[in-house]
Amino acid sequence: MSLRVRFDGVCKHFGPVQVLHGVSFELEPGRVYGLLGENGAGKSTLMKILCGYEQAGPGGFSIDGESCRFADSREAEAAGVVLIHQEFNLADDLSVVQNIFLGRERRRGWLLDEASMRESAREALDAVGLSIDPDTRVRDLIVAEKQLVEIARALSRQARLLVMDEPTATLTPGETHRLFALIRQLRDRGVTVIYISHKLDEVEQITDEIVVMRDGRFVTRGPTARHTRQDMANLMVGRELTDMFPPKAPLPDAPPLLAVREFSVPGWAQDVGFEVRPGEILGFAGLVGAGRTELFEGLLGLRPRAGGEVRLQGEPVRFKDPRAAARAGLTYLSEDRKGRGLHVGLSLQDNLTLMDLDRHARPWLDAASQRAALQAAVRDFRIRAGSLDARAGSLSGGNQQKLAIAKVLQPRPRVLVLDEPTRGVDVGAKRDIYFLIARLAAEGLGVIVISSELVELIGLCQRVIVMRAGRVQATLAGDHLNEEELIAHATGTH
Amino acid sequence: MPPAPTSPLPPGAAVAPAADPASPHARRHGDWSARFAAYGPLAGLVLLCIAGTLLNPDFATWDNGMNVLTRTAFIGIIAVGMSFVIISGGIDLSVGSMAALIAGSTILVMNQLAPLVGSPLVAVLLGALVALVLGAVFGLAHGLLITKGRIEPFIVTLGTLGIFRAYLTYFANGGAITLDNELVDVYSPVYYGSWLGIPIPIWVFAVIALAGGFLLNRTRYGRYVQAIGSNEQVARYSAVAVDRVKVLTYVLLGGCVAVATLLYVPRLGSASPTTGLLWELEAIAAVIVGGTALKGGGGRIFGTVVGAVLLSVISNILNLTSIISVYLNAAVQGFVIIVVAFLQRGRR
Repeated sequence: MSLRVRFDGVCKHFGPVQVLHGVSFELEPGRVYGLLGENGAGKSTLMKILCGYEQAGPGGFSIDGESCRFADSREAEAAGVVLIHQEFNLADDLSVVQNIFLGRERRRGWLLDEASMRESAREALDAVGLSIDPDTRVRDLIVAEKQLVEIARALSRQARLLVMDEPTATLTPGETHRLFALIRQLRDRGVTVIYISHKLDEVEQITDEIVVMRDGRFVTRGPTARHTRQDMANLMVGRELTDMFPPKAPLPDAPPLLAVREFSVPGWAQDVGFEVRPGEILGFAGLVGAGRTELFEGLLGLRPRAGGEVRLQGEPVRFKDPRAAARAGLTYLSEDRKGRGLHVGLSLQDNLTLMDLDRHARPWLDAASQRAALQAAVRDFRIRAGSLDARAGSLSGGNQQKLAIAKVLQPRPRVLVLDEPTRGVDVGAKRDIYFLIARLAAEGLGVIVISSELVELIGLCQRVIVMRAGRVQATLAGDHLNEEELIAHATGTH
Repeated sequence: MPPAPTSPLPPGAAVAPAADPASPHARRHGDWSARFAAYGPLAGLVLLCIAGTLLNPDFATWDNGMNVLTRTAFIGIIAVGMSFVIISGGIDLSVGSMAALIAGSTILVMNQLAPLVGSPLVAVLLGALVALVLGAVFGLAHGLLITKGRIEPFIVTLGTLGIFRAYLTYFANGGAITLDNELVDVYSPVYYGSWLGIPIPIWVFAVIALAGGFLLNRTRYGRYVQAIGSNEQVARYSAVAVDRVKVLTYVLLGGCVAVATLLYVPRLGSASPTTGLLWELEAIAAVIVGGTALKGGGGRIFGTVVGAVLLSVISNILNLTSIISVYLNAAVQGFVIIVVAFLQRGRR
């Protein structure tokens, strides 16, 4: 039943970016492990390799002393290694039973053995404490129920090692409590559980040992009882900050460029208020799902919003779409670079000038003026491209991001919102982007940075607003702007 | 004005645009397929013309050439409008039915107006105006249903495909709607007349193709159309008025259908339930054969023109030779569209 995992020098590259640098450690059977690390530390990638969703570069892992390599998640599940996804892996239009037995349906002769599958599904659902009709369509379940169905499915597959990635993100305290009881029960039956969460209080409650990763490397493994939450946070971050960031300017004393009061985006953000001054870099911290991105999408008219007052340079505004916002002097760069930020299939030039074509139309589009704008951007933003005629998609992540930032600056905004500006960007480009942001602020822009990398917010911003479950939890500045307080407010463990 | 973001360089940063290490192979591949997209249809057209000349000496005559191009004009004009719709990521299946309904309505209006206004010329002009308005209104309806109504373009235009043709059949009582004789005399030069030895429809086609190419490549609007087809979400986040641009592509196409219909009506002087049958197939085929990907994003009007000419050259060769029955014309077009789509596979 029990199973022992040993990672041995696991490496992984995504394009030019190396995300795992020879990770080695061992997991004993029948224990609950908390896997800790910042976003981008490589936790999810490592777990995907373990569960057959990704292939390791050099290095690998062994199970019970035997070297293993799963070609896909089916092979991993056959070996009893199951990953429960953050984003669900259920077929919405099939019923709960059909999902639980998807790909390994029981048959009697040529026909499906519905009765036996329904019986087993009900047992698995009972085990996770979910009392729903197994014939319910998954589409009709609420998110927390889907989460529990995922776990029931893993149970019915006789999982010996269960990886849970942020399983409580969508659960109420009561459901979380029940989940923890279930995890202990599984552990007592010899199942190894790897529990990934940013909520350190939960890690403290449920795990036997913690494993910390940072920047794609293994940092330490040790009994949970011997670490305080503070220790855990320090171990997760513990990095040299000094020369990654430009010197911080003092918080300017000027009337706000953008002032938002009691602004709501139904379902995502309630009564949010904040202001950003010219020359300020204002950070937004929070867990996934805290409503930060949705708040700004609401401001731009991309989502329905309710009430509130927004003033840009003192004038009341209500943008109906990003076009109106850009004209008024506010631009936004999405966290989803390929899906919302850049046209990866179009040329650098077409991308760069898209938001400000009016400037290059007199009235017909002027190729020379667009070319000049691109040359200026490549120079000023240090975009490294093999050729100016290349497609945006051929650039590395960091250079795509620089191009995207150059693009949202083309309409000459007064307020710039950057959502996860360094996601998927290597360290060198990160530094470039930090200096660029500081320079923009020095030129008098109000810059808002939404980021899940706390280090980045601490190194860059004069003030950071922490959101939790759609509300502003705290505004931190000065000495209070540190990792521990940010995490405490973001997770509600203050 | 806010200060321009001129030089946000980190202090002491070196400016060194390094070569992209991963690109030479990819770029060469991209070049090849881009070149295929640009010149493939043209090369195909040249080969077809050589084949046509060898098969039948009548093929390479001035008269036959003008004949082919005149017939190309209807589909070609619609295909120019269709290019905008497809490049923006949409589709319009209704153009054949729309042409039929516009033809019938226009003839009815002209017939009714002629005795009222007393001048056949004025009646024809007013009828033409009605045709253009109808085309634009139909396009506007498509565009609004697709953007504000959030219905798939395929479904909307599949529905109107049925609606338009049914209404024509109803107006025509199942038969034909015929233009009055006195009007035919005034109107027929639009199809049969020529200027500098070149038939009027070819001139109109040329003007519309040039205007379309200019609109697509040299205006903000054209750039927005391409940006939306390439990725609608990115375009929306990039401050493009996505809905307005998309609605306008359907209005443009409606206008193109109206112009094509106005050229077509004097040819037979009547509209019947079979008018414009399968024009949607030919127009979409011309766009796809011309190198525009059906999923949108990029395309060239010149390619569309070549595609339209290529399709009518095929049908002309079928007419002039007896290799394949002329009844199989639509089948050949169908094969061509599938083969070209096969060659375009994985280009992006």
